[in-house]
Amino acid sequence: MSPAASSLGKDLVGLEDLDAGQIRSILDTAEPFKEISERKIKKVPVLRGKTIVNLFMEPSTRTRISFEFAEKRLSADTVNIAASGSSVQKGETLVDTARNLEAMKIDMVVIRHWASGAAGFLADRIPSNVINAGDGSHEHPTQALLDLLTIRDHTGRIEGLKVCIVGDILHSRVARSNIFGLLKLGAEVGVCGPRTLLPAGIGELGVTVFRRVEEAIEWADVLNVLRLQLERMKGGYVPTLREYNRVYGISTRRLEAASGETLVLHPGPMNRGVEIDSDVADGPHSVILKQVTNGVAVRMAILYLLAGGAPEQAEAAKQEGVG
Amino acid sequence: MARAMLIRGGRVIDPSHDVDDVLDVLVVEGKVARVGRGIEAPEGAEVVEAGGLVVAPGFIDVHVHLREPGGEHKETIASGARAAAAGGFTAVCAMPNTDPVIDSPATVGFVRSVGQEAEAARVYPVGALSVGQKGERLTEIGELVEAGAVGVTDDGNPVMNSGLMRLALEYAHAFDIPVADHCEDLGLSGGGVMNEGLVASRLGLKGKPNASEDVHTIRDLLLAELTDGRIHLQHVSTWAGVDAIRRAKSRGIRVTAEATPHHLLLTEEAVGNYRTDAKMNPPLRTARDRDAVREGFLDGTLDVLATDHAPHHYDEKEQAFDDAPFGIVGLETALGLVHTHFVVSGEMDLRTMIERMSTAPARAFNLAGGSLGEGVVADVTVFDPNEEWEVDPGSFLSRSRNTPFTGDRLVGRPWMTIVEGRIVWQRES
Amino acid sequence: MVSGSERVTILNEDAVRRTLSRMAREIVEVNEGTERLILLGIQRRGKELAERIREEIQKSEGVAVAHGSLDITLYRDDLATVGPRPVIGESRLPLSGIDEHAVVIVDDVLYTGRTVRAAMNELMDWGRPSRMHLCVLVDRGGRELPIQPDVVGRKVQVQEHQRVDVLVPELDGRLAVELVTTSPEAA
Repeated sequence: MSPAASSLGKDLVGLEDLDAGQIRSILDTAEPFKEISERKIKKVPVLRGKTIVNLFMEPSTRTRISFEFAEKRLSADTVNIAASGSSVQKGETLVDTARNLEAMKIDMVVIRHWASGAAGFLADRIPSNVINAGDGSHEHPTQALLDLLTIRDHTGRIEGLKVCIVGDILHSRVARSNIFGLLKLGAEVGVCGPRTLLPAGIGELGVTVFRRVEEAIEWADVLNVLRLQLERMKGGYVPTLREYNRVYGISTRRLEAASGETLVLHPGPMNRGVEIDSDVADGPHSVILKQVTNGVAVRMAILYLLAGGAPEQAEAAKQEGVG
Repeated sequence: MARAMLIRGGRVIDPSHDVDDVLDVLVVEGKVARVGRGIEAPEGAEVVEAGGLVVAPGFIDVHVHLREPGGEHKETIASGARAAAAGGFTAVCAMPNTDPVIDSPATVGFVRSVGQEAEAARVYPVGALSVGQKGERLTEIGELVEAGAVGVTDDGNPVMNSGLMRLALEYAHAFDIPVADHCEDLGLSGGGVMNEGLVASRLGLKGKPNASEDVHTIRDLLLAELTDGRIHLQHVSTWAGVDAIRRAKSRGIRVTAEATPHHLLLTEEAVGNYRTDAKMNPPLRTARDRDAVREGFLDGTLDVLATDHAPHHYDEKEQAFDDAPFGIVGLETALGLVHTHFVVSGEMDLRTMIERMSTAPARAFNLAGGSLGEGVVADVTVFDPNEEWEVDPGSFLSRSRNTPFTGDRLVGRPWMTIVEGRIVWQRES
Repeated sequence: MVSGSERVTILNEDAVRRTLSRMAREIVEVNEGTERLILLGIQRRGKELAERIREEIQKSEGVAVAHGSLDITLYRDDLATVGPRPVIGESRLPLSGIDEHAVVIVDDVLYTGRTVRAAMNELMDWGRPSRMHLCVLVDRGGRELPIQPDVVGRKVQVQEHQRVDVLVPELDGRLAVELVTTSPEAA
């Protein structure tokens, strides 16, 4: 009998819903999947015959491609639905989209949506597995998981580590998922950004708020630098990009002023010279490309863990002997 | 005119005359003729046996959205008037934010006449404060009043221009009607879909801070003081708002204010996992705010119970939280909720509850009723204070079902609703 | 262990050692030497047995043959139906790859043949071995696919309610082959 990984249930909506054991199980499962992407034939038959719909109601290149690689390397059949030209753009409600997908007998949906809560909304209404690829400002669990995996790869642990998330926390689903995941795995979490971009009551989530980025860098073992959405400037949250870079930008000078070897992550795509300077992004502190590689492995692990396995079949699986 | 009616042996509670006793109420020609013991039923009179029931001056909800014209799939004036009657209300004040907006004598007259045809609860139109509720220039308030409007408001579109608000309060003086306001500074709340706070931060939803309501509340109080106008503040939801109104009243400012059942009973936690039936404006706030609203409701700072009955079609609420409309239905749950959570729990006596639901709203909008005094129009609410029931939206007479109270077990339920001496609704036995 | 089960030792530690030693010689024999030979143990006990066979070959032939491990989880034909997902073990192949090599698949118990089918499919995705052999410590019969071993340690007749356990020190604390009989109620 093979040892079993922790069950995730039907869907992956957010890290807030998972416990530490489940998160560790995903990270552990991602390890063997890293190796598959190194093979000559980068494909295993785990999801052969499964149909996955990538429902991207908001533009995304990186996450969609990463999911697509993961799905194809697991031999799934994939269909991409993008915002432009889709019926949702023509006024179809999310309920109707859900019902239509259901009627086409699909197995999984990967959803990216502009509205917070959209992934859970869909998950509650269709029997297929639903994976949240980012819903509004709520969660982006696969991004946080790949961040956790990258951090663990480089430091060997998460527990007790000091991780500071820098930038627009208010609108960031990456920040929320990271905060939930890091806290569950026992890390200390800090946030740093303009007060206009920090959510109300953020301290009550159990994170330390840093006013100045210099203090954050001094404190942190790991910096997760968020992309500054350029719309935020129009919204008046920050006066100018230049000022943002001067006050909150991660530069080699600032990193060197702090002791120790700070690890720098960025979920991409980067605004070089705004939230992060090029010499940091391309320098020894950065693990940004490792994140991209790990993204495929983490998503393969999640697809593997969610696909097929239904709880009521757990007993049957336990009875199954040596093949 | 209806035949005479004798409501016999009920517990008659009339806060306006300090009455609370087992008495009979005789109604003749649509008016209260006599309240007393052992009244003989006149020849041919209808006799209502009210033993074990409470007989109160008719409840009035000064804040409902009946959606007609323009939103008849959510509610019509007739369905709303019937839902009101089934909730124990003998009268409602219909907000003007329909399509088209109720901003002319003709549209006010339309609401009034369709309301009369419904032969259920009375429907009083409230006119728009500004033309098209655009916040630019005043409506013909005098003519609206003449056509039947009992107040003016831009409810749904807060009056952002303080100068216009001042003019409205001054101009309305001549007609002695209240100017009602939905207090929300849109610059502070813009884009918000729930209370700004920990729950919103966790869910990644944009919040409306307390301050967005408070700066507007305090502005309105200052303008009422400046103009000696009558301001009616709708659905107060914040602790600072309650505090400001309390102080304003003690300074003699002419202000009346609403507490809604949902702000009395729920907090932002009810939003839980993006529950759109807990999405309202102003939003459900924190326990501190809810407790302050309760305190204000108990001490009379918030003198009027109003439901802000806001029906929405089921598929409009069946959406992502950001996309779902604000509001819940309230007419058919208000009595049960307030009775269960204030009277049964011992925090408020029945007389005060009736004061908040009948006498005070009648006074705030100069409406007939609110009293069982002799000669007063016979609008009477009869309810069973002991009946236990479960909220089942499927049984609502409203066209909409959007309530966060589904499945709640309540004590106290409407039994009969009498308007101008005629039974407009009674519980099927 | 399930209550009501009874364990009988089929091969004790010494017997397993002797058997593995013979199997090592047979592997060298069927491959006519150790040239381009790769021992691939199936996770988890097959991997440990392959390691022991490799030591035996080193003793007798003086050659350290290439080796690796194979986890067949992702190639299982029952993944769509099994409940909690199995933990995936490591697949590690020699740096040389498996093209034009003679690959010996090593497993502990051969039963339905489905694991071996999965292993062969997986190896086909990895490359094109010049030939494949199958080497198992115990053949307990009960095949569901047309697969036969080339090198067998011991054939065992297994009744209903019986199971063969191969125990290795790395995972079980001892080296042995045991026949486990479970009473019908306990099963």
